[in-house]
Amino acid sequence: MQCQICNKRTATIHLTEISDGVRSEMHICEHCAAEQGIASQSQISMNELLSSLLAVQPTDDELFGPSEQDKVCPNCGFTLGQLRKEGALGCPCDYEVFEKSLLPLIEKAHDGKTAHCGKVPSKTPKKTRKQLESLNLRRQLEVAIQKENYELAAQLRDKISQLDTGIEDRP
Amino acid sequence: MKLTDMSHDINEWFSGSGPLADIVISSRIRLARNLAGYKFLSRCSPAEKAEILNKLKDVLLSLELGDKVFYISVDKASDLNRDFLVERHLISRHHAHAKGPRGVVIARGEFFTAMINEEDHLRLQVLKTGFQLSQCAEQIDHIDDMVEQKVEYAFSPRYGHLTACPTNLGTGIRVSVMLHLPALKITGQIEKFFNAAKDMSLAVRGLFGEGTEAASDLYQISNQVTLGVSEQAIVSQFENTVIPEIVEYEKAAREHLLTKQVDTLDDKISRAMALLQGAHLISSHEALFLLSHLRLGINMHQRMGASTPAIKKLCALCGTGTDKALSIGTINRLFMLTLPAHLQLNHGTTLDPTHRDALRAQIIRSALDQDAPQKS
Repeated sequence: MQCQICNKRTATIHLTEISDGVRSEMHICEHCAAEQGIASQSQISMNELLSSLLAVQPTDDELFGPSEQDKVCPNCGFTLGQLRKEGALGCPCDYEVFEKSLLPLIEKAHDGKTAHCGKVPSKTPKKTRKQLESLNLRRQLEVAIQKENYELAAQLRDKISQLDTGIEDRP
Repeated sequence: MKLTDMSHDINEWFSGSGPLADIVISSRIRLARNLAGYKFLSRCSPAEKAEILNKLKDVLLSLELGDKVFYISVDKASDLNRDFLVERHLISRHHAHAKGPRGVVIARGEFFTAMINEEDHLRLQVLKTGFQLSQCAEQIDHIDDMVEQKVEYAFSPRYGHLTACPTNLGTGIRVSVMLHLPALKITGQIEKFFNAAKDMSLAVRGLFGEGTEAASDLYQISNQVTLGVSEQAIVSQFENTVIPEIVEYEKAAREHLLTKQVDTLDDKISRAMALLQGAHLISSHEALFLLSHLRLGINMHQRMGASTPAIKKLCALCGTGTDKALSIGTINRLFMLTLPAHLQLNHGTTLDPTHRDALRAQIIRSALDQDAPQKS
C-alpha cells in the first residue's frame, strides 16, 4: 500500500480517526509521519505483532470468514478462537485445515510472502526437493529481471530448464 | 555440571573479543523446529510433553559437537537458577516461565543451546562473540542436519518448517545481533535507527533491560520475516547491509562526540566513574546505564586513540597497559556478574533488593578501585 501523502513510499503507519462519529482511515509512510509530527511505536515484539495483526480485524467473522469459524481440527481439536487467545496453533495440520483463514495472517506477518524458500529436510522426497528448488530459482529469476541483470537471468533460466527436465523425466 | 561453575565468569559470547567487538557484542542464530506426528505444545498433555522432551534430549545429548554437553531440567530448576539461565541467554524468558516438562541442552562453552518444549518442540541456538554470523549459520546448519538425521521434522513443501506461531513459519530462523550503541543514544539518533530497522521489517529490543528498554545501550536487532526468504539471504542481508550500516552510524556518532561534543562525552564518562566509584547502593538498571558509558570511553581510547580529560582519567584509573588494566572484558564481566541472579548465585543465597544493590555497588567499587590491594 502506498503512502497517501507522498504517493511514493510504502505506507507502514495506519491511522484510524473517529471524529463526530465519522470514521476515517489514513495510511502513511514513516517519513511523512515524522514530518506530520506523528510518533510511531518503534519496537514491537513477536507476540505484539501477532496480536496487532489479529486486533486490526474487528470480528472473528471478518477475520476468518464464517465458514471456518466453527471448524474444529480433527487432529487436535483446535479452533480459530484459540489462536486469538493463545497466539499459537494446535498442531501442524492446522496450517492445512485453516489455510483459507491463516493465509492473510501469514501474508501480513511475512511481508506478503506465502511460500517457503530455503532449507528443505533431507528426508523430503527427491521430486519435491527439485520442485522447490525450481520454484526458488524462478523467484531469483524474477528479481534478476527486475534488476535488469540479464546475464544472471540467462544462467537461472538454463538451470530451471535443466531442473524441470529432470523432474519430468522421473517416473 | 553445577550452575555455580559457570556463574563466576562470563560466557565466551560476552567476552568482548571477535570482529567489530567494540560495537557488535555477539551474533546469534536460532532455528525453530517441531517433530512430525505430535501436536504443538499448547495442545499437548504433560505426558506427551514428557515424551517429546525425552526423545529430543536423547538425540541432543548424543550429538558430536566438539564440546561436552549437559542437560538442565528447566521445570525442576529453582526460580533463581531459571533466572540465571535467562540472564546468560541460555534459555528465553518464555521458556523459564512456560509450564510442564521442559529442559535445555547446553554446550559447556555456551556457544550452543537447545531449548526443548519452549514455544516449539525444539529451539536450536548458536551464539558467538563479535560479528560472526556466517560462522553461526554454518554451525547451526550442521547441528540441524545432525538432529534431522535422527528425528522427523514437521515440514510442508508449501510453508516450510511448521511452527506453533505463524510468525516463525518457513525457515524458522531468527538471526539476532547484539549491539552496543551508546553514541547513537547520546547524540539523540537512536530513534532513527529504530525507524530504519522497522522499515526493513527488523525488530529491535533492549538487552538485559526489562521489556524493550535498553538500560545498557545494548540492543538486539533481529529479522521478523521467516517465510519466503532463504536462510542465506537473511544472513547475508545482516552481514552485508544491516550491521555494517549501523556500525558506521555508531562510529560516526562517536567521531561526532569526540570532535563536536567533547563536553557531553566527558560529562557522561566522568559522572559514570564518580557514581560507580562512590555509590553504596546501586540498582541493576543504574549499573548497566553507567557501565555502558565506561565501555564507550575505553573503546574510544583503544580504537580511536581518544584522549579527552575524562578518558585520560578513566585510563589512569584503570591502569591501562598493566596486567590489571580495566579492559572491555572486565566491563563486560561487571555487566553480567552484577545481574540479580548472578549476584545471588555467587553469594550463595537469595537476597532482598537492598542487599543486592549493596553487594553490586561493593563489587563495582572494588573493580574500579585504583588503590585496591592487588595493584599495590
